[in-house]
Amino acid sequence: MTDYNFAYLDEQTKRMIRRAILKGLAIPGYQVPFASREMPMPYGWGTGGVQVSAAVLTPEDTFKVIDQGADDTTNAVSIRRFFEKTAGVAVTEATTEASVIQTRHRIPEQSLRDDQILVYQVPIPEPLRFLEPSEVETRKMHSLEEYGLMHVKLYEDISQHGAIATSYAYPVKVEGRYVMDPSPIPKFDNPKLEMAGIQLFGAGREQRIYAIPPYTQVVSLDFEDYPFEASKADCACDLCGATDSYLDELIVDDEGGRMFMCSDTDYCANRRAAGHVGAQGVPAQGDAA
Amino acid sequence: MTPLLQVTDIAKFYGHRIGCKDVSFDLYPGEVMGIVGESGSGKSTLLNCLAGHLTPDQGQVNFDTRTDGLRDTVTMSEPERRMLSRTDWAFVHQHARDGLRMNVSAGGNVGERLMAVGARHYGDIRDSATDWLGRVEISADRVDDRPTAFSGGMQQRLQIARNLVTGPRLVFMDEPTGGLDVSVQARLLDLLRGLVREMNLSAIIVTHDLAVVRLLADRLMVMKDGHVVETGLTDQVLDDPQHGYTQLLVSSVLQV
Repeated sequence: MTDYNFAYLDEQTKRMIRRAILKGLAIPGYQVPFASREMPMPYGWGTGGVQVSAAVLTPEDTFKVIDQGADDTTNAVSIRRFFEKTAGVAVTEATTEASVIQTRHRIPEQSLRDDQILVYQVPIPEPLRFLEPSEVETRKMHSLEEYGLMHVKLYEDISQHGAIATSYAYPVKVEGRYVMDPSPIPKFDNPKLEMAGIQLFGAGREQRIYAIPPYTQVVSLDFEDYPFEASKADCACDLCGATDSYLDELIVDDEGGRMFMCSDTDYCANRRAAGHVGAQGVPAQGDAA
Repeated sequence: MTPLLQVTDIAKFYGHRIGCKDVSFDLYPGEVMGIVGESGSGKSTLLNCLAGHLTPDQGQVNFDTRTDGLRDTVTMSEPERRMLSRTDWAFVHQHARDGLRMNVSAGGNVGERLMAVGARHYGDIRDSATDWLGRVEISADRVDDRPTAFSGGMQQRLQIARNLVTGPRLVFMDEPTGGLDVSVQARLLDLLRGLVREMNLSAIIVTHDLAVVRLLADRLMVMKDGHVVETGLTDQVLDDPQHGYTQLLVSSVLQV
């Protein structure tokens, strides 16, 4: 092992974070304040998620990190290396093999099992923040369940754009009580928030932890005449041909050429390995041989 | 006939200083009461105590609720009080920007109270927002503009629309015409008078402008140094002031 305590944080801190996590699980959607620590990375890089991961990791865990669905982006690679180095845990890129998955901006396409934990990095945990700048006031609104203001935001969307234009960080109501910001995941992922795995949300700079226990009711807010819609680009993945996954749009040349591909790299790779080929894809090497 | 609002011995102290003291009155449905007095006489303190923004140190404020009859709003739970202030009460601030959300469109401002009491149908919310903008003389094509694009008088009218959309029974107004020029004031007063009569509103209007109470108020309460020095029918108090301070106040008005 290394000179670090297991998973970087000292045991006292991890205990404090675990208490916050347990409280969060007991009150689904409620933002539990916690004493966020300085981490060896800048705010905005997932300091909240890293602290939550550090508190839940055990030496037997298999760890996976995704950033915008991809395993190979800077943020994902550096956080994965961080825990490889400080906790010595096994790491993987396969969603099914991981027991703890830290994520930024996506929920994996592969549905999670009840022995898996999904840890979100959250920039701004307060869904009412942009309408009500006062923390005192927003806390009071949560405690008295005064959520009319959230609909004012959706009203503004419709009046300006003709539809609910909020496409990510789409507010949800958890178990009929707390309105929660699901972190900046695309609203395509909102229906997946009702899952078998435990979901933990960590906001490092804002010092808040909240959670959704398994099989909890999570409803996306909407209007009767403008119902919620889990939207995505109306295309198929150009690499694997999937029509049911969330797609990234990629500009490929200066002539307006572009392609769509799964944002979940593990899901896309699995499909290609199983022989699916999209419009611009080439057969996976296993098949070609 | 039960009074809509029954105020008994309200007192509010700021340390040793008196905010207001020994204030009692009854307000009946459809009645408009004016509170006048100089700056620092405790008018706004009293209004804030009545509207639940400040907790009075003594006394009772009984409001005739729709379900349970007279209830003391000072001792009722905060969720109940906040519910009242979203439904049966309205508060018109002196500065429209205190009462409006400046970064939300006019329609959203009017619709907020509807959504706060559970309206979830966009079309209906928008229709009643547009309807209310019309009633306060703001044209329907301004429904998506933000209050920052409105003049001071329009902002004040928008604030009134936003407050009245849920059909309140009691309106608190803190200097509703302050900071507006006289012609805009006249139109606003005209509008307010129409709405008060049409909706059979009760209102408590705090002002230092005697012309405002002359036009709007049925009854008048004159305050000085935190105490009520004179009460009576508006015309009676203004035409035949008894207390020395009221006489001073009435004679201070410039005759053009």
